[in-house]
Amino acid sequence: MSKYALLFDQSLCIGCGACEQACQSEHDQKPHKPTKLDHESYTWVESLSDGQYARHLCMSCEDPTCVSVCPVAALEKSSFGPVTWDAKKCMGCRYCMMACPFGIPTYEWYSTNPRVRKCDMCVHRVTRDLPTACASVCPTGATNFGEREAMLKEAKRRLAANPERYTGEIYGEKEAGGTSVLMLLSKPAEQSGLPDNVPQQDLPHLTWNVLEKLPQIIPVWGAFLGGMYWLGARKEAVAEAEKKERGGHND
Amino acid sequence: MTNPKSLRLHFWSTFFVGLMVLLAVVIVRRFTMGLGAVSNLSDQMPWGLWIGFDLLCGVSLGAGGFAVTAVVYIFHLDRYRPLARPAVLTAFLGYLIVIGALLVDLGRPWNIWHPLVFWNPHSVMFEVGWCVMLYTTVLFLEFLPLVLERFGYKKQMHFMHSYLTPGLVIAGVLLSTMHQSSLGTLYVIVPQKLHPLWYSPILPILFFISAITLGLAMTNVESFLALRGFGKKLEADLLRGVGRATAVMLMVYLVVRIEELIVRDALHYAFAFDKASWFFLAEIILGGIVPMVLLFMKRVRRNALALSGAQFLVVLGIIFNRMNVAVTAFQLGTGAEYKPHWMEFVVSMGMVAIGVYAFSLAVRYLPVYPEGPLAGAKPKDPFVELTH
Ligand code: SF4
Ligand code: SF4
Ligand code: SF4
Repeated sequence: MSKYALLFDQSLCIGCGACEQACQSEHDQKPHKPTKLDHESYTWVESLSDGQYARHLCMSCEDPTCVSVCPVAALEKSSFGPVTWDAKKCMGCRYCMMACPFGIPTYEWYSTNPRVRKCDMCVHRVTRDLPTACASVCPTGATNFGEREAMLKEAKRRLAANPERYTGEIYGEKEAGGTSVLMLLSKPAEQSGLPDNVPQQDLPHLTWNVLEKLPQIIPVWGAFLGGMYWLGARKEAVAEAEKKERGGHND
Repeated sequence: MTNPKSLRLHFWSTFFVGLMVLLAVVIVRRFTMGLGAVSNLSDQMPWGLWIGFDLLCGVSLGAGGFAVTAVVYIFHLDRYRPLARPAVLTAFLGYLIVIGALLVDLGRPWNIWHPLVFWNPHSVMFEVGWCVMLYTTVLFLEFLPLVLERFGYKKQMHFMHSYLTPGLVIAGVLLSTMHQSSLGTLYVIVPQKLHPLWYSPILPILFFISAITLGLAMTNVESFLALRGFGKKLEADLLRGVGRATAVMLMVYLVVRIEELIVRDALHYAFAFDKASWFFLAEIILGGIVPMVLLFMKRVRRNALALSGAQFLVVLGIIFNRMNVAVTAFQLGTGAEYKPHWMEFVVSMGMVAIGVYAFSLAVRYLPVYPEGPLAGAKPKDPFVELTH
């Protein structure tokens, strides 16, 4: 399967909320108007002060931070885009929520068997060659679904055709090392309620840089400690023997 | 009947029982209504007091276990042997309590063993989980000789001491090196979410050095409490040595910490005199420089009360550092709102109380100290005992 992505064109969004509704019914949630991302709102169309809108959803990172930090591999990035969560594995440490650079995963705080909740890029539809629920209902072409390469090309085409409509930034092309959601912004990220401080490379390499050193450090450290023990133990043995000898003379 | 000592005892036991009842209520609520019903944790602030205090501080406080055993068994500084058992006991209890607190904090605690079967070697938490499990086992085995000795299994105890202990101690140091530093590595993946005064790519190194410092300081604080509670004699000359070692470790830590801020060009945040800057200055000056200077002073080290006071400041300073990383810096970096719920405090305090209680039981009935079990000993007034 090729790699898919969503393209959101902020300048075309009219805030109709069709994507929110489609998302909720696709995931068997009760219909409601979200006011933020929460455990029953995987996507939220935020109404900005100047009559424009911003869409929030999991960015489905190419090299997701959440996947890298999960101690039990409950989160998984599929080769074709979606990042999914496995209820059978999760132990609820919430490291994924703490680490996600876009602040996406949410939690069922009032459940006795809580789940991590977030957009799964309609993985059950995408595997059946259907577009995501949100993209299939969007009336204006603000939300589009297709192969990532094609979406990126389309974004660049729109940008070139109407440069004055956009900030010029394709949010998600480089953020966190690239994501499977691309946002063609008409307002800077900061003003669109999106974090504008996300590093431009993938984040998992930061921890891997540390972790991968352990197999080198630990054997050396272990050898050193073992050696120190042996040296000291020898000295003690020698001292003991000497004492015995001296003791023998005294007798 | 109404002498002040029995009143004080009465106060503490009432406090303890009350706390345990509250803890039980909170735990029932936690497991019937969810985490949201007992905490102020939120999607914006998924880690709070429990991770900051119970996990980060709890594990660091146990660092004395590997530091002191390494000094005694690997570096053969035999005179410190009397400190080894209390340090191992603290660490063992500390880790049990960390695991206990995690069972409350994890959303699905019945899956706590999952890192054993579902592997993700890229996850720092995976590594921490494994190390904590293995190290708790090591601590149990290091603790076992106390029980064997108490019940007269002399042969088995000597076997453990002469054949297993060196290996266990080395394993303990290696495992501790990994997870003490890894608690810092947990935060390396959120450079944009932590305030620059606390984020650092070398957080693992900072956490490791400060954990050793904290572990050393704790051995002194414990001895002091044992004196207060059980009238145990203080090994004054040993504690002076520990004080010197703490001063040196603290100095190394502060130099690395400040140097790293300069290299990253972040030191100017310390003098912005906003919330971050005040928290940072308090942490570094009151919890770092002041106790370091005190510990370097011979006059302070000679007075057991002043020495213990300085060591207590070290403990507070490093606990404050862990809380700043986990809560203050994260809030400043993300703008998340969070004040721990009082029920969160109940859990954290309850865990500490259980630890102190278990420690006092162990001291009473097991040969933790060279004097043997302290069951019959009377508490002394340390303020009289120490200042003459
Ligand atoms: S946006 Fe966050 S939750 Fe979504 S894939 Fe990226 S790291 Fe994971
Ligand atoms: S909360 Fe669950 S999915 Fe998230 S990191 Fe922890 S175990 Fe993994
Ligand atoms: S369906 Fe399309 S136009 Fe309507 S709110 Fe969603 S993205 Fe905007």
